[in-house]
Amino acid sequence: MSDSNPDPAVSEKPMIELRQVHKWYGQFHVLKDLNLSVKKGERIVICGPSGSGKSTMIRCINRLEEHQRGQIIVDGTELTDDVKNVDQIRREVGMVFQHFNLFPHLTVLENCCLAPIWVRKMPRREAEAAAMQYLEKVKIPEQAKKYPGQLSGGQQQRVAIARSLCMNPSIMLFDEPTSALDPEMIKEVLDTMVELAESGMTMMCVTHEMGFAKTVANRVIFMDGGEIIEENEPEEFFNNPQSDRTKLFLSQILG
Amino acid sequence: MSTHTPHPDLSPPITNVGVIGWLRTNLFSSWPNAILTVAAAFVIFATLPPLIEWAFIKADWVGDSRDACTSGGACWVFVSVRFNQFMYGLYPEAEYWRINLAGMLIVALVIPLFVERFRWKLSLGLFILVGYPIVAFLLFSGGILGLEPVETSRWGGLTLTLILASVGMAASFPLGVLLALGRRSTMPIVKSVSVVFIEFWRGVPLITVLFMSSVMLPLFLPEGTHFDKLLRAMIGISLFQSAYMAEVVRGGLQAIPKGQYEAAQALGLSFWKSMALIIMPQALKLVIPGIVNTFIALFKDTTLVLIIGLFDMLAMIEAALADPNWLGYSVEGLTFAAFVYWVFCFSMSRYSMSLERKLHTGHSR
Repeated sequence: MSDSNPDPAVSEKPMIELRQVHKWYGQFHVLKDLNLSVKKGERIVICGPSGSGKSTMIRCINRLEEHQRGQIIVDGTELTDDVKNVDQIRREVGMVFQHFNLFPHLTVLENCCLAPIWVRKMPRREAEAAAMQYLEKVKIPEQAKKYPGQLSGGQQQRVAIARSLCMNPSIMLFDEPTSALDPEMIKEVLDTMVELAESGMTMMCVTHEMGFAKTVANRVIFMDGGEIIEENEPEEFFNNPQSDRTKLFLSQILG
Repeated sequence: MSTHTPHPDLSPPITNVGVIGWLRTNLFSSWPNAILTVAAAFVIFATLPPLIEWAFIKADWVGDSRDACTSGGACWVFVSVRFNQFMYGLYPEAEYWRINLAGMLIVALVIPLFVERFRWKLSLGLFILVGYPIVAFLLFSGGILGLEPVETSRWGGLTLTLILASVGMAASFPLGVLLALGRRSTMPIVKSVSVVFIEFWRGVPLITVLFMSSVMLPLFLPEGTHFDKLLRAMIGISLFQSAYMAEVVRGGLQAIPKGQYEAAQALGLSFWKSMALIIMPQALKLVIPGIVNTFIALFKDTTLVLIIGLFDMLAMIEAALADPNWLGYSVEGLTFAAFVYWVFCFSMSRYSMSLERKLHTGHSR
């Protein structure tokens, strides 16, 4: 694989491994036999029609959803019912949601410091200093004392990214981070994500932003009906899609 | 070429602003509104002047017996003569200072909680909830440090009302929060215990609870065990109110979007931490009106303890009215009771409103 992937940020060590993962919602089979290996530093973009299971898949990786069959291994730890393993993995995995899910009763700075202080047991001063650094990284240090309700959608999503980064995760998951945003705010969030990608973060991103996929992804995964239909490097994926379903999807999304 | 000169600002028509404008938009905007205004004005003019005349102008304030009441208005002498009993019940007069001291102590302890920059709020709050009740209890009941022992059956008046209400609030609130969480738990046993508890206590009238605690409970206890009547009433009221509190809090929990729980989980916060830091602060803020509603109801419900022979303020007033020397002054007595209850309930209501304003941080969705 290393021949086909010259990116120096990508190492051989697998960070996330899915082996024959299945999931059901009652009778409904949402995830069907998913197999996937994500290496350290790799950036994966997942796309597909709504209801295809792409959000469910990445939500299984930090156990916001439980899978019922198969194995999910994150950074060497397998996700099981063991609460300790789950907590361990959640500390390593940052997540950014479609609707930001900032805590509205806390200021931007408090949003960022909360988990480092209460989960990582970091002293408050240290946590605040680190948080300010990340807020500067996402270019909104001046909003630190404001409440989420006073910010625009794009600013809120950047705070959400900073909040996740404050836990110093080794993997970041993005669940449609730009689809709740007004068009003019999408760019500022994508820019932040590109910058993060350039820093070598392992990322899995559910998105329909194909421009983003082309610039930063090492691989694009297309899902439909709970299955991984196609998986390829972005160039190949967009120019030479293999399956008919991928072709149909791309024609719809790219117009 | 002519230059443009802007028109000078004209003052708005007299009928839109000022007193006439205000009257027009607020009181006489339409025929139904005008009729309501006139009717309300009639009711006010018909009732208010006689009331003021009775309560203030023709009222008698000073004296030491009913002979002082000669003006034909309200006889507040009745209240002033009996005032100490209304406040302290049957507590020995020489020991009133103990109640006053406890009262001043709690005021002194609570003040720093309102000081923005005070840094030990959490510890002080815990002391008020745990330490202060012990101090106050020892002070009231005596028997140590050379204080004369005073049995709980002699505690009474407004003091008793406040003791019952504050113990009820302080105990029912945390219990209610736990029950609300229990009712939403995915663990079947925790959930069913909470549901049964809540539905049981909500399903029986408080008067039954008090009656059971005072009359039935001793029958089941082993011979010779003494279980203080006041304590039993406190436990009864606390358990009863915690069921209501639980449902109020549950309402708040249901209003918190699922994304908040997920964000907390995704950051690695444990269940209790995410509840304490993320969910409860938001849920409780949403249900402040409901919580205060329950507290106000609790405050007034404490009067029911008179059926088990505890003499709260209302019971003391009733007892004073039965005194042959003061027959026929029930209007004054009950008006005074209503006024005192209203002052406390209205203060709680205003406090809750200021709290809501203070905690409002704008909403993210």
